[in-house]
Amino acid sequence: MCLAIPGKIVEMDPYDQMPFIQTALVEVSSVRRRINIELIKDEEPKPGDWVLIHVGFALAKISEREAQDQLRILSMLGEDKQAMEELQGYSMEEEKKT
Amino acid sequence: MQYVDEFRDSRLIKKTIETIQQLADPTVHYRIMEVCGGHTFSIYRFGLHALIPSNVELIHGPGCPVCVLPMGRIDEGLRIAEDPKVILTAFGDMMRVPGQTDSPLVLKAKGRDIRMVYSPLDSLKLAKEHPKKEVVFFAIGFETTAPATALTLLKAQEWGIKNFSVFCNHVLILPAIRAILDSPDLRLDGFIGPGHVSTVIGCRPYAFVAQNYKKPIVISGFEPLDILESILRILRQLKEKKSEVENQYGRVVPWEGNRTALKLLERVFELRSYFEWRGLGFIAQSALKIKKEFSYWDAELRFGTQGITLTDPKAAQCGEVLKGVLKPYQCKLFGRSCNPEHPVGALMVSSEGACAAYFHHVYQKTEL
Repeated sequence: MCLAIPGKIVEMDPYDQMPFIQTALVEVSSVRRRINIELIKDEEPKPGDWVLIHVGFALAKISEREAQDQLRILSMLGEDKQAMEELQGYSMEEEKKT
Repeated sequence: MQYVDEFRDSRLIKKTIETIQQLADPTVHYRIMEVCGGHTFSIYRFGLHALIPSNVELIHGPGCPVCVLPMGRIDEGLRIAEDPKVILTAFGDMMRVPGQTDSPLVLKAKGRDIRMVYSPLDSLKLAKEHPKKEVVFFAIGFETTAPATALTLLKAQEWGIKNFSVFCNHVLILPAIRAILDSPDLRLDGFIGPGHVSTVIGCRPYAFVAQNYKKPIVISGFEPLDILESILRILRQLKEKKSEVENQYGRVVPWEGNRTALKLLERVFELRSYFEWRGLGFIAQSALKIKKEFSYWDAELRFGTQGITLTDPKAAQCGEVLKGVLKPYQCKLFGRSCNPEHPVGALMVSSEGACAAYFHHVYQKTEL
């Protein structure tokens, strides 16, 4: 639970995409999921930014290098599979209005 | 044991270990606590405890949210799930944690509607999808996870989702550190501070450790080099007779923390006057309670809790291991009746639990 997942924001969702939820599409090792970005709103996240993800929420903005280091440590710790399962488990995706 | 050459930064790691050897006075036995379960996992996974001098002892702290939850609270949550209208949701870590008779997973097999979620927001979504059901989120975690629950409660209020509630078990790391420092049976020389909790709370709140208790504390990253460097910094402070808060993980942890998250916590939660921790007992103002404004979504009020307190199985020594008084392998049950297949205590369940980490990365390898 403690190890956070690094991901890259590929697309910001318009604020009204989901009612009252600010989300972004992030990519982690070529898997894309929607996560909540309201906890980092003061840092003005934008596409291309790297973030640390914890239980479906971006917790902090980080550098690309740090993100790569985090991905590497997840795989060294043997936690990468679990991290991807977690990411794929977030169900905010289906909520998106098309 | 890991070989240093396997690490990407093997040269730097060797140098750091050498400096640690120089800084550590061979006549002194140092006891350094890593507070966070993620660090415990990393230490055993990489065999860092075996790379440092034997007189620098690493003590495993209480920073595994599943492990510190007392059995009474688990049963309290499971009791809510007995209501056939209820869908109880919990993080994967919680599913195998034994209550007095059953774990959530066993109860699920017995027909209760208990589901694993990866995010509290997913629970809220489940409530929207099942308007005739009562969805209860079994919330656990430190300050890293609590903002996510806070925001979910705020959304429940904004959206007016009435069939959702939170069974709140969020705890705070600082009162636990204070309780350990006040504990008479544990002498510590310094702390490796938690990484991701600190992205939320920042570094400032640790000042009491350095100022009042005169212990060095270094907020640390999770890589082998991070942890070794943090040990080095603690030893250097001890040598220079200093006690300061240092941020080794500055590339992720801002000194001030995450203000948005902190404001959210303040908006939604208040301090409980006391809360029971496994191993540490009742600690004053150490956990979060849902504020009155959001009490409609408080599962404790909606379903009523009975204040169940249960003692751990007598032979299990989870409490001593959690406080760092015993090493995992010193528990009478370790590897015998308590193992990852059949855990007796929570420390054997979560990958961040000291017992599971030790079992997987040290015990099993030496047994083979």
